[in-house]
Amino acid sequence: MSAVEERFGPYGGRYVPETLIAALDELTDAWAQARDDDAFGERLAQLHRDFIGRPTPLYRAGRLSERVGRTVYLKREDLAHTGAHKINNAIGQGLLAQRMGKLRVIAETGAGQHGVATATVCALLGLECVVYMGTEDIRRQRPNVERMGLLGAEVVPVEAGARTLKEAVSAAIRDWVANVETTHYVIGSVVGPAPFPALVRDLQRVIGDEAREQALAAEGALPARLIACVGGGSNSIGIFTPFVADEEVALIGVEAAGEGLESGRHGASLLAGRTGVLHGSLSAVIADEEGQILEAHSVSAGLDYPGVGPEHAQLRDSGRATYTAVTDAAALAAFGELSRLEGIVPALEPSHAIAWLLENGGGEGYDVLCLSGRGDKDLAEVMELTGA
Amino acid sequence: MPEATLTGVERIAVAFEAARSEGRAALMPYMMAGFPDHESSLAIAAAYADSGADLIELGVPFSDPLADGPTIHAAATAALGAGATLGSALEVCGSVSDRLPVVLMAYVNMVLAHGGAAEFARRAAAAGAAGAIVPDLPLGEAEEVRAALAAAGLALVPLVAPTTPPERRARICAVARGFVYVVSTVGTTGERAELPAALADLVAATKAESEVPVAVGFGISTPEQAAEVGRVADGAIVGSRLVRAAAEAGSPEAAAEAVGAFLRETRVALAG
Repeated sequence: MSAVEERFGPYGGRYVPETLIAALDELTDAWAQARDDDAFGERLAQLHRDFIGRPTPLYRAGRLSERVGRTVYLKREDLAHTGAHKINNAIGQGLLAQRMGKLRVIAETGAGQHGVATATVCALLGLECVVYMGTEDIRRQRPNVERMGLLGAEVVPVEAGARTLKEAVSAAIRDWVANVETTHYVIGSVVGPAPFPALVRDLQRVIGDEAREQALAAEGALPARLIACVGGGSNSIGIFTPFVADEEVALIGVEAAGEGLESGRHGASLLAGRTGVLHGSLSAVIADEEGQILEAHSVSAGLDYPGVGPEHAQLRDSGRATYTAVTDAAALAAFGELSRLEGIVPALEPSHAIAWLLENGGGEGYDVLCLSGRGDKDLAEVMELTGA
Repeated sequence: MPEATLTGVERIAVAFEAARSEGRAALMPYMMAGFPDHESSLAIAAAYADSGADLIELGVPFSDPLADGPTIHAAATAALGAGATLGSALEVCGSVSDRLPVVLMAYVNMVLAHGGAAEFARRAAAAGAAGAIVPDLPLGEAEEVRAALAAAGLALVPLVAPTTPPERRARICAVARGFVYVVSTVGTTGERAELPAALADLVAATKAESEVPVAVGFGISTPEQAAEVGRVADGAIVGSRLVRAAAEAGSPEAAAEAVGAFLRETRVALAG
């Protein structure tokens, strides 16, 4: 039984109230046992195949390749059930909650994708589901709110602060502190106290495991670059992880530059943040010189978060991954461009990765870009912003 | 003034011992520095010292206080909005620290962001603080901060929760300095109508394992509840109830009067 990491270099840890420590220990033990348990693995693999529709395709995007002057494959997480990679994590944690006998599940959501994925899994497994969501995100992601209700989840509006993802996570953690003996918290990204960053990475690496095999089969060589957007960082860690040992593969994480890094209104924790603690782990955070966490900003609700997973901070420091950022305007343009080039409407989150690719074409080798979700949820917001 | 030669750890011990010699538990009111504004919080600190507090727990406002319920969360947000900083919180500490021991309640980001734990300890000691409670720094993460505070003569006060397994509770008690903070209920801070029936057993078990006093906080909202806690524990911490009183007062004078009246009544109940 291998250990579940608590630290990634200096980052990670468990900066949470004492009340939660016993539950984090229980979760660590449960995951260490479950991931080595053949029956658990078979059940997860069966649900990957029959419920989520895995493996998702690795699609050679011909017109996009032509546009950027190099071969580009899209890892089609937008085709996963519920429309994004979030289901990979939710289904694994749902099974784990069931295994621990915790029949009440809570989650936070920003874009609504993780909330929908968790509500879906709770319906599948017969678990009670409560989702915390900021009222600003409820406004801009209305279809997902309606889907969660349809699936039987209770959506609790969060009014604090900027009424987005950070406050939703805080509200979920407070619920967990109060109900920890009966409740499992399905955190939506590779953030939070240990073991969550390692647990969520383990559940999302299926993206990279599939992509590596599919890419080798298609091209007979590894890609030159992997490109993924980074908010909390779960789709990017998921696709990066199986390639970390392949030094020749560049790992490129694209953060939200919002209205520009110098504007102060962005979601680029790794590029423009400080080292600090948010939601239970030490990582890169957007904070002032007093250590107060600042509000993030991004046109995409899923990247509108002032923290990032601790393993990304380690990959940044070691230089193994390269992080960059793309503005709201560039992401919105890429949203439209991919739709017209490929007949694929991307979510605003991976539109950031597409936007970076559009500016960084040409050269040797080929790329794999993680298309982490589909854009149906964003249509109303994009129409409003672009006046289309 | 003999206290001036004592370390923070020693001042906390003296305060608990003084209450014990009077046959009662120590009274430790909580307040949020800078709430509702800086002037009011200076008046509230003075009122605490005037109205029977044995020690003060002084909250340093933080943007994302995960251990706190709505009352203290809102107070932190308001204090930051009114311009509170670590520096202004330490001014509140310094205004009253020669009268009674002040224990800072600071989230770990506040401890680390200002040049690291050693620098935080230096500044806290310079403001006369006796110790610190860091509610998001559990056993396993706390060594560096505990050592930095200890080097400045300050106590790192650890928390024990109802969910803490006995074996872990013993390890927490073994490294406790100042006192052990027992969290009464599974949940965040805030007023509660009743304290859990199992609290007396938790306090007794903690006292059996701890060489320093054991104080109870979270949920104590009335003088009667404080007295109930005082029958089993060495100290009672009252937080959200007093923060609400400060919030509802219209001026620094009114806030000082409201919290003072509550503390005098609680002090009588503890002596009962």
